Amino acid sequence: MSKYPKIIKKLFWVLLIAYPALSAELPVGRPPLPAEIAAWDIDVRPDGTGLPPGQGSVKLGEALFLERCAACHGEFGEGAGKFPELAGGIGSLRQDRPFKTVGSYWPNSTTAFDYIRRAMPFGQAQSLEPDQIYALVAFILNLNDVVAEDFVASQANLAKVKMPNESGFYDDDRDATERGFWVAAPCMTACKPEAKITGRASAVDVTPESKTAPKME
Amino acid sequence: MSNSSAPRTLPIARRALVAAAATSFAGAARAATPDPAIVNLPDWSQSLGDGVQAHPYGVPSPFEKNVVRRDVEWLTAGQQSSVNFTPLHALDGTITPNGLCFERHHGGVAAVDPDRHRLMIHGMVAKPVVLTMQDLKRLPRINRIYFLECAANSGMEWRGAQLNGVQFTHGMIHNVQYTGVSLRTVLEAIGIDPRAKWVMAEGADAAGLNRSIPLAKMMDDCMLAFAMNGEALRPEQGYPLRLVVPGWQGNMWVKWLRRLKIGDAPWETREETSKYTDLMPDGRARRSTFVMDAKSVITSPSPQTETAPKGRMVISGIAWSGRGAVSRVDVSLDGGRNWQAARLDGTADPLSLTRFYADIDWNGQELLLQSRAQDSSGYVQPSKADLRKIRGVNSIYHNNGIQTWLLRADGQCENVEVS
Ligand code: HEC
Repeated sequence: MSKYPKIIKKLFWVLLIAYPALSAELPVGRPPLPAEIAAWDIDVRPDGTGLPPGQGSVKLGEALFLERCAACHGEFGEGAGKFPELAGGIGSLRQDRPFKTVGSYWPNSTTAFDYIRRAMPFGQAQSLEPDQIYALVAFILNLNDVVAEDFVASQANLAKVKMPNESGFYDDDRDATERGFWVAAPCMTACKPEAKITGRASAVDVTPESKTAPKME
Repeated sequence: MSNSSAPRTLPIARRALVAAAATSFAGAARAATPDPAIVNLPDWSQSLGDGVQAHPYGVPSPFEKNVVRRDVEWLTAGQQSSVNFTPLHALDGTITPNGLCFERHHGGVAAVDPDRHRLMIHGMVAKPVVLTMQDLKRLPRINRIYFLECAANSGMEWRGAQLNGVQFTHGMIHNVQYTGVSLRTVLEAIGIDPRAKWVMAEGADAAGLNRSIPLAKMMDDCMLAFAMNGEALRPEQGYPLRLVVPGWQGNMWVKWLRRLKIGDAPWETREETSKYTDLMPDGRARRSTFVMDAKSVITSPSPQTETAPKGRMVISGIAWSGRGAVSRVDVSLDGGRNWQAARLDGTADPLSLTRFYADIDWNGQELLLQSRAQDSSGYVQPSKADLRKIRGVNSIYHNNGIQTWLLRADGQCENVEVS
């Protein structure tokens, strides 16, 4: 054997010790237990995947809503103060002042389940049982005249509810419909005949003070 | 192009304003009486200042006390589902200081104990995994600078000039260096099902905020970040773990990230249907408008800055694009009739914010200041009028129209709109 390979061999071992090759496996972490997945796996998809077993009526939903939601959202989902409205506005989306609610705008009823389950009541998140959430969704849908008063929402039927605006959405098409904003050489001189002031923020006068330190909570 | 390092005076300004500038400049340079700031010794030159540990965590000079995030009280019902704004008028360079990065929460700032925080990745994967923060810090690390813009930035300006300050019109943006782990590293190692197309990201806050993100984007350049500008994430920015989704709307950068679920279709969550969809004039709405279009704004002078003196002036601003790097910024002094290339100085990296300058001599006549960005894809920031022609005024999100500041003869700026 020549001397060379020995040196190379030595070098190889030195390199290996200093900088071992990393495996493609994730070198950290562990598999979650089924109970751990179940504890966090609360999401619901538009086809109803993820809905838990259970059911709830409009009637039960109304009682719950008055108790746990109406202080912020109003007795009829009309919204108290600046809290969001949950009902009304169907057919208003083309108007100058569109009114977007669960009934007038949301494409899926299941999204209401997913959202209420994770985020409402505001400040007491994840405190509702599945049956209660079904009832609340049923009530909100009824406030919007999407389902009848005797409707009972359930794991089996919620995804089948037809929402008024379910075909009201389309994928981002800016690349095509705003193609005109891609310009090889932007205009540099005499780009328009005149530039006249057409509006001023000072006329609206809604800007907060910013020359003094803000008040502390 | 405009990347030269030496400051240049805008030729247009020189032509228009040079005569008056010469006189005002020379006059201002002479003093009649000695300056008390020079001839009277100040306190700080005689008595000792604070010792080293006066502020174990440093704070800005008390003279900068007004440089703070601010909110618009009438905008929201309360502070827990609300927003405040970065004081862009008072910042320079390209990096946003951690304490000034705007905040937007849907259930307040979660006070997460990092030892009790977990990230679960499951769904359509061969090997679902739970990771602790310590686990994440044992994976290969990267550093990247990205802007984060809320899709609703400038959303209050769709119907016309409304808020008199760049902090309020454009302050839902920050630009930060993130340290963390490339998501590709993690996802490749756990065996993604070839049929998988989407990932749902979910926060551990009281809103449990959830968004669907295309798997291809996750594999391309998304990050699991635990540090910003060299230190741990701030609580209001998602401590201890935030998803970084470069160039895409801020709402997708889920804070307090606890879960990634791999699936074959979008979840159509409340945040991607009720919110963050863009209502068009025909009553239908665009969805999945993730990319933030190229945009720029002059931050100084602007309505909140000090009264501008006549003579030499630095016009300074920021520009960014979710489609690549900012390739040029032009500045107009006459409301968009004529333009000159501004000088870019600072990083002009893809998907991160860059700084531009235009140095002019101002003779005190009214100016209508505008800036216009172009990015490496060729996209040119449109006028507000051109944007409204397509989008109407009810889409809330993605208002990247050209901003106009009126610089009045008294040296103050106003937010205006021009024809
Ligand atoms: C303390 C006030 C409060 C209470 C009580 C409350 N909510 Fe809410 N709700 C809010 C706020 C604030 C939001 C908006 C949160 C945000 O910005 O993300 C909201 C949003 C919603 C939305 C989404 C509205 C939209 O158009 O996107 C629904 C649905 C909802 N709440 C249902 C409920 C239900 C059902 C209850 C009772 C179980 C409830 N809320 C109780 C304050 C409240």
